[in-house]
Amino acid sequence: MNTDTEILDTIVREIAKVAPRQVSVTPATSVTRDLGLDSLAVMNFVLTLEETFDVSIPMDRIAGVETIEDLVATIRSLKKDAPV
Amino acid sequence: MSLLAKFAPLRDAYSAVRAIGRDPFGVTFDSVDSPTEGTLSGRKVILLGTNNYLGLTFDAESLDEAVQALQESGTGTTGSRIANGSYRRHAELERRIADFFGRRHAMVFTTGYQANLGIISTLAGREDHLLIDADSHASIYDACKLGTAEVIRFRHSDPADLERRLRRLEDQPGHRVVVVEGIYSMLGDCAPLKEIAAVTRAAGAYLIVDEAHSLGVLGANGRGLAEATGTEADVDFIVGTFSKSLGAIGGFCVSDIEDFDLLRVACRPYMFTASLPPSIAASVGSALTRVQRGADLRNRVMSNARHLYDGLAEAGFDLGPQATPIVSLRLPSVEVAVAFWNALLDQGIYVNLALPPATPTNQPLLRTSVSAAHTPAQLNKALAAFTLVGQMLGVVAAPQRALAV
Repeated sequence: MNTDTEILDTIVREIAKVAPRQVSVTPATSVTRDLGLDSLAVMNFVLTLEETFDVSIPMDRIAGVETIEDLVATIRSLKKDAPV
Repeated sequence: MSLLAKFAPLRDAYSAVRAIGRDPFGVTFDSVDSPTEGTLSGRKVILLGTNNYLGLTFDAESLDEAVQALQESGTGTTGSRIANGSYRRHAELERRIADFFGRRHAMVFTTGYQANLGIISTLAGREDHLLIDADSHASIYDACKLGTAEVIRFRHSDPADLERRLRRLEDQPGHRVVVVEGIYSMLGDCAPLKEIAAVTRAAGAYLIVDEAHSLGVLGANGRGLAEATGTEADVDFIVGTFSKSLGAIGGFCVSDIEDFDLLRVACRPYMFTASLPPSIAASVGSALTRVQRGADLRNRVMSNARHLYDGLAEAGFDLGPQATPIVSLRLPSVEVAVAFWNALLDQGIYVNLALPPATPTNQPLLRTSVSAAHTPAQLNKALAAFTLVGQMLGVVAAPQRALAV
């Protein structure tokens, strides 16, 4: 589950579970503006992703995430750093 | 474009709240007359949202001690303890608070907010990790922003999630510092401290517990949730405030850690703020004596809390998970919450309105805080008002009309 496509697919699946309406998600989709999630829902969504990918995303890294692409890159880099 | 244009969404939300009635965030009392009563626009109101858990704001001995200190030492210290030096009463208060908690060291801050800001931001440095509960108070979040450590949130009161996050950090350099609260201020729920302390200890991490709302309230001696759960030996730092159960203002941190006093010259929110006026230090010391004198006030605040919690539950309200002196009602929408808050004030009951995103579940809350000083008559009046307004606004079902025989 470490390639960008696999990470993206998983994120899309998780979004479908929490988004209030159907959204077509692309790498350029904004996490805070386009998913129909308020700030608290975004925080909870991140907690779920952390569980799914078995990573902890530090708060300063979350602050730098704007798009789904940023989120994929952040998770990929944290997965890479993790001990095997 | 104005400098404040970025707050346009906030202005709109605030205007919408004020359009419904009074300004819930700008209430100015004509006078606050006792721990449980104030006067607002010429009318008496019951104060049910002031964190005055033990009702000590008008305690006769605390008033006397404060007046004496005020006359002896003046109105203020005009600077920080690093620059201006400490007053005898600062040192005495630190000794008293350390003794109360059975710890070697104590440090007093000018507010509880600054105690969290200072201790958390200073203890965890660049190489370290802070692990904070997702529902932490703003002072803990702000401390994280002020400090240089990497910050990781764990699911609210979820020791298993904390354990996973500590495990992921196993091979990382630096220390781990876990931060939780005794009683969470929005819904009044307690941290599962026994389990949190166990996973923290197993990972070799440090544990900070903020007992702001639990000092003087929980534990056989009023030392808070750590005492109540038998986990004091696993808690490395206790932070708290003098502004709630002790009826004044100020914050503190106690610990047994070696070299604790180094914090006094490393902790910026301690070093660069004027210290507590000696009159405040005197009144806090006196309030602490009152807490140590017996369990009567803690027993009374808890029985009052259960009375209000049970009454509201029976009326059908959706409440927080347990009866503590913070009893909160979850409401379906901001409009209903604001209307409810206004209608309660019309009935002479003052509570706190808490709106998302300041609430943990994105639901608006009416937050009450119960005091040992509330009389059964006051609590019953509040219960009747909640029930009446709740039925009027359709938050709880109106009673079935009795069938005519």
